[in-house]
Amino acid sequence: MRALAILLRRDLRLGFRRPGELATPLLFFVMATVLFPLGLSPRPDLLATVAPGVLWVAALLAGIVGQESLFKSDHEDGTLEQLLLGPAPLELVALTRVFSHWLMGGLPLVILSPLLGLMLDYPSAAFGTLLLSLLFGTLILSLLGAVGAALTVGLRQSGMLLPILVLPLAVPVLIFGAQSAAQAARGEDPTAALYLLGALLVLGVTLAPFAIAGALRISLES
Amino acid sequence: MNSLHEFLTMGGYGAYVWSAYGAAAVALLLNAVVPLRRLSRLRAALRRKQTP
Amino acid sequence: MNTSNWTWFHRLGSPPTLYRLADRLAPWFGWAAALGLAAGMYGGLWLAPTDYQQGDAFRIIYIHVPSAYLSMLCYALTAGASAVGLVWRMKLAHAVAVAAAPLGASFTFLALVTGSLWGKPMWGTYWVWDARLTSELILLFLYLGFLALNRAYEDPRSGERAAAVLALVGVVNLPIIHYSVVWWNTLHQGPTVFVGGGSDISPRMLAPLLVMLAAFTCYFVACLAKRVQAEILERERNAAWVKEMLEYS
Repeated sequence: MRALAILLRRDLRLGFRRPGELATPLLFFVMATVLFPLGLSPRPDLLATVAPGVLWVAALLAGIVGQESLFKSDHEDGTLEQLLLGPAPLELVALTRVFSHWLMGGLPLVILSPLLGLMLDYPSAAFGTLLLSLLFGTLILSLLGAVGAALTVGLRQSGMLLPILVLPLAVPVLIFGAQSAAQAARGEDPTAALYLLGALLVLGVTLAPFAIAGALRISLES
Repeated sequence: MNSLHEFLTMGGYGAYVWSAYGAAAVALLLNAVVPLRRLSRLRAALRRKQTP
Repeated sequence: MNTSNWTWFHRLGSPPTLYRLADRLAPWFGWAAALGLAAGMYGGLWLAPTDYQQGDAFRIIYIHVPSAYLSMLCYALTAGASAVGLVWRMKLAHAVAVAAAPLGASFTFLALVTGSLWGKPMWGTYWVWDARLTSELILLFLYLGFLALNRAYEDPRSGERAAAVLALVGVVNLPIIHYSVVWWNTLHQGPTVFVGGGSDISPRMLAPLLVMLAAFTCYFVACLAKRVQAEILERERNAAWVKEMLEYS
């Protein structure tokens, strides 16, 4: 337990030492969102219709692309192997790493989303649902992305492989999340979709660590 | 089906039906032929390696 | 004498055993497939009556449904073989998974193409975001991801194990993906692919479909057997049993 707390603090300290790296997924989120009105049309009625989907797709892409670096630096300097051999079970180490990474990458994204929502004419009355859906969603995406990161960490030229592996798996998250945001925007009840999203989160927290740990062991053996 | 003409035109949908069956024919043939050839090439290559 | 019930299972983990089994099975399933395809197509293209709503275009069903069914069966097999490989550490199981995946991807692609060709005369467009077609598309991405990950590794033994993990994650996800896509489709009143006039499908229409399903499955087994044989030979190229077998054949 203590080992995990130390790991968490170390991750956060290392992360904040390089704020530029932290800001990149966030910037990507903002830029990706801005691209949609530019590519579609600036008309508020159109933007309001597509806002939930746009915000969610941008968050999805930013979240998954941001996972590339999850294990890379620790793999390069040998820390990852130490963690594998260390006292704490690899599954819990993985969960801690995902959480610390989310605190620095996913959480700011959630917090920033209402601001972007304003730019897309997303109704402020629905902000609560938007925030909650993205809170669950970014956590799930962090877990899924971590599976992809663990599978590709040992590869020299992985390129876009991580997003390609993870995006199909992220479809349910996108569907339930974007729909809940859209339902709230239309004044409908988003509870069902939010519950489904919550269920996915529980499933993810329970199962993903095993997949991540298994993938890390395979990546490290080669 | 009552006539060859009906069979070929598929009630006006001939292009779609026959394209679909054509795609299936290509897919099924490729998936059958490619492994067979790979296997025979492998066997031949391994046999050649044995006889010095 | 007490033989464990699992002996046959572990014997399949021996390369020469699996190789010979595949060698013996392939011709039977191959010919069964050929006969089945011929009979099924005769029944489907000639004997079956024209559909009231869809005209003769419905006959695409005899390719579309078996392909879709097999695309899913094959993914289940890939995932199952991956599980056996990871849990029981049977390396040959990974050979089966790696052999099955391209076949499954082909079936998925065929299902999408035939679905699209069926859709054009029915709804006027080559693509509709129907729940089943959309699920098939995502399944294709899952297959391609499996193949890409497998090939990205330099060491093929690690690559197949990484891909195996991905297959397991995918198979758990697959029902969730399908459910979410169906949910998404019904929320927006999306189009659905009707199958031959609803519940009272005539037996003359149904029988060829069942024959084609069986024929496609036999075809799948036959092709898989050949692929597995090739995989085994590649892995075991220097083994004594391979040298012996090639000498005597």
